[in-house]
Amino acid sequence: MGARGSTGRTIAAHAVLLTYTLIALFPVFVIVINSFKSRKAIFSDPLALPLPGTFDLVGYETVLKQGDFVLYFQNSLIVTVASLFFVLLFGAMAAFALSEYRFRGNMLTGLYLALGIMIPIRLGTVAILELMVASGLVNTLTALVLVYTAQGLPLAVFILAEFMKTVSDDLKNAGRIDGLSEYRIFFSLVLPLVRPAMATVAVFTMIPIWNDLWFPLILAPAEQTKTVTLGAQVFIGQFVTNWNAVLAALSLAIVPVLVLYLIFSRHLIRGITAGAVK
Amino acid sequence: MASRRPVRWHIAVFLAPAVLVYTALMIIPLFGTLAQSLMNVTEAGERVFVGLANFATLFGDALWSDAFWNALGNNSWFFVIHMAVQNPIGIALAAILSTPRLRMAAFYRTAIFIPTILSFVVVGFVWKLILSPIWGIAPGMLEAVGLGSLFAPWLGREDYALTTLALISVWQFVGIPMMLIYAALLSIPDEVIEAAEMDGITGGAQFWKIKLPLILPAIGIISILTFVGNFNAFDLIYVAQGALAGPDFSTDILGTFLYRTFFGFQLQLGDPYMGSAIAGAMFGIILIGVCIYLFGIQTRLRRYQF
Repeated sequence: MGARGSTGRTIAAHAVLLTYTLIALFPVFVIVINSFKSRKAIFSDPLALPLPGTFDLVGYETVLKQGDFVLYFQNSLIVTVASLFFVLLFGAMAAFALSEYRFRGNMLTGLYLALGIMIPIRLGTVAILELMVASGLVNTLTALVLVYTAQGLPLAVFILAEFMKTVSDDLKNAGRIDGLSEYRIFFSLVLPLVRPAMATVAVFTMIPIWNDLWFPLILAPAEQTKTVTLGAQVFIGQFVTNWNAVLAALSLAIVPVLVLYLIFSRHLIRGITAGAVK
Repeated sequence: MASRRPVRWHIAVFLAPAVLVYTALMIIPLFGTLAQSLMNVTEAGERVFVGLANFATLFGDALWSDAFWNALGNNSWFFVIHMAVQNPIGIALAAILSTPRLRMAAFYRTAIFIPTILSFVVVGFVWKLILSPIWGIAPGMLEAVGLGSLFAPWLGREDYALTTLALISVWQFVGIPMMLIYAALLSIPDEVIEAAEMDGITGGAQFWKIKLPLILPAIGIISILTFVGNFNAFDLIYVAQGALAGPDFSTDILGTFLYRTFFGFQLQLGDPYMGSAIAGAMFGIILIGVCIYLFGIQTRLRRYQF
């Protein structure tokens, strides 16, 4: 054994991880570099970096001139942020009730809410669509926000409840002695303490919402309510030969979720260790 | 005693929003869909209760059952590939990542998870580009290492397309088992590892004999998550091969079958009743899987409390 064996192992570990990182990032790299190249350069040498001779922003110009893409972004952003807000708020409230108070039906409510972790909401699509048609919410962003809130809640409640059990009772009781209401205890004492778990839940909730194609396709396919994911899909269909534009559109669709992921990713492991895999 | 205690309204206030939204948009539609799967319309356009007739048609009438069993078989193969490729790779990556004092571990972890956050639209399109025989990054790269003859238009061939798509999906989602297993490995206390080292158990043996048994519950969780995710998949097939799940339905899975049936395609009209029946069948399959996990696997796994 000794130092030599462990150095060898470290090098092997880096080699494996580096190889896999390349496999993971290569396709993203291909999209992004080619989105900055002229049409000719995309075809002649797909793997070359954009150089002064081949650099071209025509794809981005096409996408932005199309105009609708800005709207799609706005729609996706509204839907994702609003759903995230409601999932975190309602989820944390329910998690607090389940982890803090003993009351009849506590277990049962917890199990009832946890059902949704295993049973995908998509299976109810037929009835969800009928419900939205009946209430006139088809082709509105509200329909998407409602569905995504319901979709995100089960996992949020589950993770946050695990996490809230670790908040010290002394702190909450001190608050009660000081005459704080239960609502104040939740909002000003407990919520700030579970921020890392909220970040984990935020990542797990946000990614499927931003990327979902199923519900936008079914509940809100109108031009005014298209999300970026659906917009990009339709765009690919329309501009099938305009690769500059398609690659630019895809690059733009990657950016927001990537930025949010990088912001939250530091909390991710901490949140998972504390909650889900116990 | 209880009657003297005041009603604690705040509990209801805390629970109400989540329970209401969840019930209205998840539970009621789910049961609504299941109820609808027992209905159909008569030729006069009346809605009638038909019992399990829709399911009988789905499983037995050749017009429907061929497509159904094809989709179910494809879906099972899709799942097998994920279990055989995605989860072992995820576990291996997590094991390597958790090497103590490994530099840049956070970087690798973040980078390997990036495909998971990408939209299916991006993933489907970029892999179609890479594997395209015309633009062909893949043929060019295989050529460069002298394996050019191995290339085939994988996504366009009936015998390869489904496996190729499953592997693309594996590429996309390997980050999830990696993260969950990594977190489980981190939560193994140092004392356990130190005790193993005192006994001379290190490296590979340490992983197989000490760590693996301790992370079995986490492996159980990723297996059931993979199962549920796969049997409800739709997006990747739809963006890569369209609703018809070509070539010749060779990549059709339950999700695309449900979509086509419910909304119709080309000249066939949508059928909400048969669509509900397919959703009901998917619900049954997922329920069976979850029950096997909860009662057959999870209860037998030994959990260790530290």
